[in-house]
Amino acid sequence: MAKADGPHREARADGGLRVVGRSLPKVDAIAKVTGRTRFADDLFLPRMLHCKLLRSTSPHAEIRAIDVSRARSMAGVAAVLVGRDLPIPYGILPVSQDEHALCLDKVRFIGDPVAAVAAVDEETAEQACRAIEVEYAELDPVASIEDALDAEDPRIHLYGDGHNVHKAVALEFGDVDAALAEADLVLEDTFFYEGNTHLPMEQHAALAEWRPDGKLTLWSSTQTPHYVHRALARVLEVPAARIRVIATPNGGGFGGKSDPFNHEIVVAELSRRTGRPVKICLTREEVFYCHRGRHPVLMWVKTGFRKDGSITGMHFRSYLDGGAYGSYGVASTYYTGALQTVTYPVPAYRFEGLRAFTNKPPCGPKRGHGTPQPRFALEAHVDKAAERLGLDPAEMRLANLVAAGSVTANYIKVGSMGLGACIDKVVAASRWRERRGKLPAGRGLGLACGSYLSGAGLPIYWNAMPHSGVQLKLDRGGGVTVFCGSTDIGQGSDSILAYIVAEVLGVDPLEIDVVTADTTLTPVDLGSYSSRVTLMSGNAALQAAERARELLVEALSAAWKVPANRIALADGRALDVEDPERSIPFADAVVIAEARFGTVGTVGSYTPPSSPGRYKGAGVGPSPAYSYSAAVVEVTVDAETGETRVEEVWIAHDIGRAINPVVAIGQVEGSVYMGLGEALMEEMTYRGNRNVVHRHPSLLEYKSPTTHEMCPIHTFLIEDPDPNGPFGAKEVGQGPLLPIPPAVVNAIHNAVGVRIDEVPVTPQKVLAALKRKAKGEEAREGPVDVPEFPWPEPVRVPPPWAGGDGRATDDPRHIGAGGVRGGVPGGVPA
Amino acid sequence: MRAFAPDQPVQLRLSVNGELRVVSAPLHHTLLEVLREELGLTGTKHGCELGECGTCTVLVDGRPVLSCLAIPAALEGREIRTIEGLESPRGLHPLQQAFAELGAAQCGYCTPGFLLAASALLEETPDPAREEIVDALGGNLCRCTGYLKIYEAVELAAARLRDPAAAPAGETLYGEG
Amino acid sequence: MMRLPRFEYRAPATIGEAVAAKADAPPDAMYVAGGTDLYPNMKRRHQEPGALIALHAVEELRGIDDGGDGELTIGAMTTLTEVRRDPRVRSTYPALSEACRLISTPILQNMGTLGGNLLLDTRCNYYDQNYDWRRSIDFCMKKDGSICWVAPSSPRCWAVQSADSVPLLVAMGAEVVLAGTDGERRVPVAALYRDDGILYLAKQRDELLTRVHLPAPDGWRAAYRKVRRRGAFDFPVLGVGAWARFAEDGTVEDARVVLGGVGSAPEVVEAAGPALVGRPLDDGSIAAAAALAWKAGRPLDNTDFTISWRKEMIRPTVARALRDLRDGR
Repeated sequence: MAKADGPHREARADGGLRVVGRSLPKVDAIAKVTGRTRFADDLFLPRMLHCKLLRSTSPHAEIRAIDVSRARSMAGVAAVLVGRDLPIPYGILPVSQDEHALCLDKVRFIGDPVAAVAAVDEETAEQACRAIEVEYAELDPVASIEDALDAEDPRIHLYGDGHNVHKAVALEFGDVDAALAEADLVLEDTFFYEGNTHLPMEQHAALAEWRPDGKLTLWSSTQTPHYVHRALARVLEVPAARIRVIATPNGGGFGGKSDPFNHEIVVAELSRRTGRPVKICLTREEVFYCHRGRHPVLMWVKTGFRKDGSITGMHFRSYLDGGAYGSYGVASTYYTGALQTVTYPVPAYRFEGLRAFTNKPPCGPKRGHGTPQPRFALEAHVDKAAERLGLDPAEMRLANLVAAGSVTANYIKVGSMGLGACIDKVVAASRWRERRGKLPAGRGLGLACGSYLSGAGLPIYWNAMPHSGVQLKLDRGGGVTVFCGSTDIGQGSDSILAYIVAEVLGVDPLEIDVVTADTTLTPVDLGSYSSRVTLMSGNAALQAAERARELLVEALSAAWKVPANRIALADGRALDVEDPERSIPFADAVVIAEARFGTVGTVGSYTPPSSPGRYKGAGVGPSPAYSYSAAVVEVTVDAETGETRVEEVWIAHDIGRAINPVVAIGQVEGSVYMGLGEALMEEMTYRGNRNVVHRHPSLLEYKSPTTHEMCPIHTFLIEDPDPNGPFGAKEVGQGPLLPIPPAVVNAIHNAVGVRIDEVPVTPQKVLAALKRKAKGEEAREGPVDVPEFPWPEPVRVPPPWAGGDGRATDDPRHIGAGGVRGGVPGGVPA
Repeated sequence: MRAFAPDQPVQLRLSVNGELRVVSAPLHHTLLEVLREELGLTGTKHGCELGECGTCTVLVDGRPVLSCLAIPAALEGREIRTIEGLESPRGLHPLQQAFAELGAAQCGYCTPGFLLAASALLEETPDPAREEIVDALGGNLCRCTGYLKIYEAVELAAARLRDPAAAPAGETLYGEG
Repeated sequence: MMRLPRFEYRAPATIGEAVAAKADAPPDAMYVAGGTDLYPNMKRRHQEPGALIALHAVEELRGIDDGGDGELTIGAMTTLTEVRRDPRVRSTYPALSEACRLISTPILQNMGTLGGNLLLDTRCNYYDQNYDWRRSIDFCMKKDGSICWVAPSSPRCWAVQSADSVPLLVAMGAEVVLAGTDGERRVPVAALYRDDGILYLAKQRDELLTRVHLPAPDGWRAAYRKVRRRGAFDFPVLGVGAWARFAEDGTVEDARVVLGGVGSAPEVVEAAGPALVGRPLDDGSIAAAAALAWKAGRPLDNTDFTISWRKEMIRPTVARALRDLRDGR
């Protein structure tokens, strides 16, 4: 395989690397192409029962009574649960423990589960659900952010930062008003990014087996088995040590399987009560109700620019429609303000954000978690500024890049930074300079950039332990097994573990066994979210592999009586580099090591470096490394219909190093695909005037792009190894989505001269803007204003160049002016 | 005239992957349910069970059909092929090999449906143009790949059916310049 | 997993057996052809027939036949793939091949039949939903409820005609044969439909649609254009069937424009024909006919996209279909 090694292989395999940098098949590829991969719903156990959930048909109501007597007495029904059977609340964030496995006394959206049945088959369970009678006392539903800010409506939850405000935050880094006053151009814009959902092809499924010995095993399509493990222990009141959570291979996740879910807890409890395995597989409609997808975000931004395009200061506001529960929402809210500063220097920055509770399925983390919305706003905003300043949007960005190694106004420490190289690459490949402005009518080019974390710097619950752990077992037969809690959701994380270990131990990666995502067998990895897995579990694997290598080398050094530095591991053998005749198979090397040390096993772990931010809210945004992307999109706009067709995409992604280029390219292409879907057609919308029902919880009417909507994508991997990544690797799973929606609207403007300040860019919006343009009105479609809101007093943190120490001014430990950091905005700290 | 009452399981004689399988199943269970739940052929996946995604695609007499909308009683005497029947004792189908090499299967959930739809295409059109691939796979949704690696894998498999030494393009594996 | 309700199942081998079986069966019995419309509806509990008369074994319902009279006859159970790919259809009735290509997906076309497409249930965003969703809005009059949520003060249901082949076949003046216990009758395709979202078919309940007759080619051309969000899967939010007969010098002798996806029945734009006849198809007559069609079409809020945009699309889409006719595409 990988016959095309040739020149690419030579070009990539610098530093003597033999595995890293090669486009190899994934370790699970054969299982996936032969139908052997066992997803959660593919599991069948003897005596297994099937579970169905009865879901609320009201968007907001008190539960007056539930009568399950008819359901309980039906033939084939083994157990029925209601909310009071599982009364302990849970939630992914410690600050938002606001969910119940089954609604206790109130339902908060259409689809909120109120009862559960376990029966001999799915049809019986469904019939039993139909036989359950729920008496609701209807409450006025809260259908929108505007509704939520109106104190007349009933409260959805009795906690938060206001009536139906879940969270309201305000941060200020430097004197923004003064910064705006010194600008040559002050630009103010409003944007809206509609909500959308992950839509993994696999519907969520879970299977629980509670055995008579009191131990529970849960198989589930989850991206975060560790957090599910914690939630089960909490809600079921069972020691975590008696619970084993196995994340089955995820048939797509994209963030949608990152919360502990009600159905996981419910099947566990049903198994406890019935003594039989219980499985649930959600219908597609129910997957829409699980949601946790992209928040709809209304945004307002005001930025000061100098004539050269540099930014003097920025004030950004975001309003998130959070849906009915907290989920990751506090983090999402901060994320809508966190990464504005990491691409172009922002010397003074004020961020205000709020998340509203509404009676809809809860929003949460979807690919790019909280950052595609502000990135869309920022990149469209910058495009407008370039137009007003008479600058080329690419040149303006190139002239104003954050420097590698700098600390931003909001105390994000940037490591390697390859955005300039990314822009150069896509500008050259798309022939931007030659073609932009010279294309036929209706055709245009747009450029945008983005940046994303390579893993969140802080865990979801406070603790001082590693974020990722790996155990490595070397068998005397030469077998190598990697144990890690990480979860492969299709992105290839199992393979990355194998490649890294294979690189260090000099063995074939496809010979390595990988055991992952099993809370009993594998050390904790926090989960497949925030693009953390390659960097964090990769570093843990690297450490474990290096320790194993040291054991082998020490044993061989003693056995062969040669210095350790003469021993190499390569091509499945151990050899003396100064006496290549002395060479033994890898298995023999393990035998020598095992004879000397006993069983050969090592561990590795990874904890991210601490971040310079010390203010409340500084926990969201820091990462060991940031990826950067730039994209040029070419569109054709039909002026008669308003339909936009994306013709071609050029995208460059600063990945640090591609551990496996073909897998990395797959992540880039998949991100572009998802970005195009969000830009042009995907939307999770509700009928506010009809009981807040989801408009279209189906694969037919939720518009996921088909083969017909995809265009050629030219992918460029920019490799500038980051010191914090394993072999220099940064993330690639999420970042490449970010530039796509803004590049699309920028291209539409270039094509037909209208600004579409909201996504999805539907044909009716384009046509409406074109009509306004024809009438000589503002050639724009998008929100016109944002709601009034009494924002809290901001947490004031002087930026590094104003003598800040990362603490807020009202923090008693704040050292005040004359701090130690210094430096200049966007530059390397002094 | 074949007739079945609603409440009794029916005995069905189905030819699946070249084997005659006699199964007893409720009449109203679709081919998808019978394959997965009665025959243990869980390689056939499902994404909506309403004909809106293509995930459950199998071949009937060589043509891709949606197993979620097929009643087994109507398929007696027809040849049903699932993902489990795509490989042979001699090894993987060239499509399976190409999908594995190029990362055309990310999460792998839609993959069986794509492979079967693509295999039917290559049976009829051994050297398909890109537009023919786009059309033939238009009934299969994938959320991971953006389809491009799938197209490239179909093209690689087609090339290898003509010339077993055919190799993927360097850009496919390593990106552009 | 979405599962079907239970049903009795009969698989007759002839048209006669099928019609007799249907007449014998309880009143809620239904014929099933490809099942691509009925089975999803049954899974969502739109229809719960106690018995199905499955037509897959009725060989005489299959196949395409050029009987020698210049017409082409297509059996109702001929799959959309077979229609799409048939060389005679492609050469003489290319618009029908195109309309079939545009239906859902190639996989579904392998199952769905031309007869099934003609009889496709009307669609609506308030109806094409699972049982619990519909319960959340207290159902609608098309199934289990009493109100039309699209037009709450309306006494009727406004579900939308959504089959791609229909506006084209109506424009072409195609005919269908219906077989009942009393024998066969042959009616224009246009006569199959009623302007009502619930009782959308004019055929008798037990009548079986057996075949479609396409008119002999005699100087006419037809075209079909479809508007939808994606290049596959989606039903039309607007379908335009256009047909014109041309004299040797290119003068339009007769013409029809039919809109699908806007009302409960295919909408024949009566005024468009006269606007096109008596002159060659030129930009002026095309614009005039497109404007008349725009005036005639009145979509409601029951499909993808906004009503106003769907209405606006009538003009350019009709114009494009007529230009296809002019250019012989």
